[in-house]
Amino acid sequence: MSGAVRGRALGWVAFAALLVGSAVALFVVPADAAQGEVQRILYIHVPSAWVAMLSFFVVFLMSALYLVQRRLRWDLIAASAVEIGVLFTGLTLALGMLWGKPTWGVWWIWDPRLTTTAILFVIYVGYLLVRSVSEDPDQRARWSAVIGIVAFVQVPVVYLSVFWWRSIHQPPSSPRSMASEFFLVLMLNFAAFTLFYVYLMMRRYRLAKMELELELQEPSRE
Amino acid sequence: MSDLWRRTWAILWKDLLIELRTKQALNAMVFFAGLVLLLFSFAIGPNPDLLRELAGGLLWVAIVFTGTVSLGRSFQSEELAGGLQLMRLYPGERRAIFLGKLLANLVLLLAVEAVLFPVAGVLFQINMWPNAWGLAGIAVLGSFGFSTVGTFYAALTVHLRARELMLPLLVFPALIPLLLAAVNATGGLILGDAMGQVSGWLRLLVAYDVILFVVCVWIFPIVLEE
Repeated sequence: MSGAVRGRALGWVAFAALLVGSAVALFVVPADAAQGEVQRILYIHVPSAWVAMLSFFVVFLMSALYLVQRRLRWDLIAASAVEIGVLFTGLTLALGMLWGKPTWGVWWIWDPRLTTTAILFVIYVGYLLVRSVSEDPDQRARWSAVIGIVAFVQVPVVYLSVFWWRSIHQPPSSPRSMASEFFLVLMLNFAAFTLFYVYLMMRRYRLAKMELELELQEPSRE
Repeated sequence: MSDLWRRTWAILWKDLLIELRTKQALNAMVFFAGLVLLLFSFAIGPNPDLLRELAGGLLWVAIVFTGTVSLGRSFQSEELAGGLQLMRLYPGERRAIFLGKLLANLVLLLAVEAVLFPVAGVLFQINMWPNAWGLAGIAVLGSFGFSTVGTFYAALTVHLRARELMLPLLVFPALIPLLLAAVNATGGLILGDAMGQVSGWLRLLVAYDVILFVVCVWIFPIVLEE
């Protein structure tokens, strides 16, 4: 019972942090001089990307842990993390496009970071698809863990290759230096998103556990 | 170690012998690959300069499509007759199954490419002979990487529902670095390497091959567990 209460408390804290973070980003901090209001997307775009990366790292860790210990709990955490990671990767891409259209004039450019993020998205969607078509929980866990590990190994190679591919044509967008107040707001949103991530993970894991229990009870199974 | 190689060789030889006697895969693959090249030429139009410029990309997309179509067969044919189950039961290193299948897929793919490159040379009006060795080297490196990743995922998806669809979904994203490196190296050789980029792409190709090979070989026994 205390676990559920703590979970709910975390949810409220995360919600409040997101609210404060968004309010500060929208109303308190001044807009960027060159880019105008649209720059405020940064305060949720970058934390989204951070949560996505964090998620995929969790997938890697949990996949490895599953293969060592063979406990379904790790698989369920990994699967929850992939789902949230894919969600936030998609969010990162969408937010980036919203920012890119007014700033660059186009929705999409073949910048190494953009391209790598898109590839990351399809790699982990593949993970989810494989999960959706495998029936046996142990087999599914094993296959998922293998994909979770191999996918993680692919990421740096993908980044390097795309970087080379693009850097021949144009320099990649460099991280802009930021004023300290901008940076503080960004950090605030980082914290809020991370809290929200932990909360989402807890909820999704709980759901995954229930799904598994239900699956094991189904009469169609032997 | 020698045991591993003996087993690998046995599986490779078995697969090649089946192929040699039936030739069912090779004929279809060559035809399929040629067809893909033809389709691309129609889609892009008859401009020879444009086709020559895109030749590297067209060739490798044709190779990747052909390879992916044939990959599924590699483990499915075993599964049908219960061969995979038997292989699992044999004592000794299961990595030999991976290595044997990988090499069989590689040999098959290289055989297809030996036909495909000259055909592309004719279709796209490219003289490939001056760069024959270089192109062969790229073909071997690219095909090795493809066969590594492809064989690995083919083994992973063999028991899945909708595996014909799942295999490309997993393989294609994993192949992007390989595709970039192989296409750019091939294009560089065909069009002339003015900027000296080919060696960089070759290094990437080798790095990709080594990294994916090590990871796939290392983790493969888990894929094959019952």
